[in-house]
Amino acid sequence: MSGWLVRCGLVGGALCAALAAAAEPRQSGVEFMSPATQALQRDDAANPAFLWVKGGAQRFEAACARCHSVADMRGVATRYPAWDGALGKPVTLSARINLCQERHVDAAPLAAESEALLELESFVAHQSRGLPIAAPSDPKLARALQLGAKLYVQRMGQLDFSCAQCHDAHAGRRLAGSTIPQAHPTGYPIYRLEWQSVGSLQRRLRQCQSGVRAEPYSYASDELTALELYLNQRAAGMIIETPAVRP
Amino acid sequence: MARAILTVPAKARVGEVVEVRALIQHPMETGYRSDAAGQRLPSDLVRRVECRFDGELVLAGELHAAIAANPYLAFALRVPHNGTLSVTWQGDRGFTHTESARIDVT
Repeated sequence: MSGWLVRCGLVGGALCAALAAAAEPRQSGVEFMSPATQALQRDDAANPAFLWVKGGAQRFEAACARCHSVADMRGVATRYPAWDGALGKPVTLSARINLCQERHVDAAPLAAESEALLELESFVAHQSRGLPIAAPSDPKLARALQLGAKLYVQRMGQLDFSCAQCHDAHAGRRLAGSTIPQAHPTGYPIYRLEWQSVGSLQRRLRQCQSGVRAEPYSYASDELTALELYLNQRAAGMIIETPAVRP
Repeated sequence: MARAILTVPAKARVGEVVEVRALIQHPMETGYRSDAAGQRLPSDLVRRVECRFDGELVLAGELHAAIAANPYLAFALRVPHNGTLSVTWQGDRGFTHTESARIDVT
């Protein structure tokens, strides 16, 4: 009898852990920042991420304007990661920019986290500021979404934490000196004060992975793309802030 | 290539005090940090900022290692007449960048 109770308790605990829902109401990371950092993000003349947006505008003019108008870019960032038919897998916005480089500009792909790629991504994503993130609707994305959802709750690393354990179960509470946000990717690429630079969502994800002492997935890997996709589904309807500032 | 953003109101009344804001992309490497291999990173700083209104020096400052990357500077400026405000940053390794903006008075 007592064995049955113990087993029942264990199963119940596991179910609770598996079903721990995302924190409600959903809040952007901006809500968890200090008033000074919020002010920095609000003010386009002070927000240092605009240096990257400005650089991206020049690069866009030089490389992309042959085919695309700036107006065409409005709303693009709300739909990525999206399915790429030729590759037969989902690609992130930065991967899409690189595919464009290869297929239409005849240029070598830009390195992950290179200034050129971050600037272009910042500029393109900034055109969608104020628009809601679109829920991934393409049925071809189902598998990747499933993988992303699985990775989100998968424990990893020496500390044996999953994303969900911090960002769902303990969002709003503190990890050392920092508030744990709900992990909604509303402002990427972000200017992170800790980096003193702009970085992508994948850089942020990899940093969380090294934080729990797991081996980070490599840039543009299927795993990181799947996680991005899942996070976008989780944040669907939330407003894009790019370029955001984060502590 | 350095990027800089200079924000001024495009129009001002004669003699009005306006806010000038200048932001520049720069690592502001202190010279006190080491890289992953333990090698000291040489200092790479913006050393001096000069702001001129139609050539006349209105503000100058020296920057040091304690200032964050991508330094931001805001100051008040009285605008006596139409003119061009230019901000020049100078630093280590021959770094120099000038950004200009036009202010018209009404």
